[in-house]
Amino acid sequence: MSGNKEEEDPRINGIKTKIRVVPDFPKKGIMFQDITTVLLDPKAFKDTIDLFVERYRDKNISVVAGIEARGFIFGPPIALAIGAKFVPLRKPKKLPGETIFEEYELEYGNDRLEMHIGAVEAGDRALVVDDLIATGGTLCAAINLLERVGEEVVECACVIELPELKGRQRLKGKPLCMLVEYR
Amino acid sequence: MQTIISPLLVSHRLSLAPSVPRLLNNHHRAPPSIRLSSHRSTNSLRLFSSAVAAAAASASRDSEMATEDVQDPRIAKIASSIRVIPDFPKPGIMFQDITTLLLDTEAFKDTIALFVERYKDKDISVVAGVEARGFIFGPPIALAIGAKFVPMRKPKKLPGKVISEEYSLEYGTDKIEMHVGAVEPGERAIIIDDLIATGGTLAAAIRLLERVGVKIVECACVIELPELKGKDKLGETPLFVLVSSA
Repeated sequence: MSGNKEEEDPRINGIKTKIRVVPDFPKKGIMFQDITTVLLDPKAFKDTIDLFVERYRDKNISVVAGIEARGFIFGPPIALAIGAKFVPLRKPKKLPGETIFEEYELEYGNDRLEMHIGAVEAGDRALVVDDLIATGGTLCAAINLLERVGEEVVECACVIELPELKGRQRLKGKPLCMLVEYR
Repeated sequence: MQTIISPLLVSHRLSLAPSVPRLLNNHHRAPPSIRLSSHRSTNSLRLFSSAVAAAAASASRDSEMATEDVQDPRIAKIASSIRVIPDFPKPGIMFQDITTLLLDTEAFKDTIALFVERYKDKDISVVAGVEARGFIFGPPIALAIGAKFVPMRKPKKLPGKVISEEYSLEYGTDKIEMHVGAVEPGERAIIIDDLIATGGTLAAAIRLLERVGVKIVECACVIELPELKGKDKLGETPLFVLVSSA
């Protein structure tokens, strides 16, 4: 599932063909990977979730953390299928209770990712889910947040990877599982 | 208009100890003799304080099936898993926090199951979810009933061509957007969000889908704040909720 062509599950091509590339969004030069078209195809969406569930169901994962907002689309179905809690990781000021935050770099400036205190218990085994990994900055912030409260981050799971941005190297040594590469 | 709480029940609530109706984080056991009226409401699962629900469940003779008289037993657990945070985002607001529900694997599973059971045989081809908490509940429902999931988003988040609908806030306006071509005329849809307050966002979502010829079968939320009368903004569209927090 991490891009080895010989072993590629036949469902992956079906998912890949459903991803829509939108040029020059949010700004010129960026080829935006739009997963909303995958969600419009019930089979492709189901296959996406099944591929992750098959991978994680016997790995004793007790927490699935999803990054706002597209991680909220893929994380919960995985969590439900494997019997794990779902923890939303959010932009600042959205979570109502007591939170901790982790800062990360954007192209210009910084942003923050927040998590509720007490959401997870030390020693939980966690998966971090987002639709796509680009530079890896947000995923790295997510890993930091979970590790700060004593979680063991087992893996990061994304539908799409942009390998040229080398995000995989920013995951503090954690493995990345992705379904589709875009070069 | 589908009234989720029957007038009889409202008067019942008034006679309970004052702390009980603040449903979601208070688990005072009401006297078990509370009898629920048999209110034939096709669109409600009967939402109450968790204390009343517990009394109802124990009063039921048919423990397996949710009859008209009695609330589905899963509802009490769902209601009690929701956390109320006072004064968020500003003083005076009692914020209904569903993140604690998501940490309770059974409650989350039951929440989805209740919606799926309701919609799976209704020929729904579209589940529209309102950003961002609608993204948590919508997709699992869509997957289970074989429908598309359509995200309805704040401005400038969707990358392709969009149509948008404005709606009023307390001060000013906001917009909700949907991709052009996501849905087709004649499709049958449900709209999901975690909570309905004033109903402004859901009403805008309804208008957006109706503009492209979609039939909205129902709006479905985990929580309703009935005092804000959001239901009244939904026009002909029925509302279905699991938990009501007065």
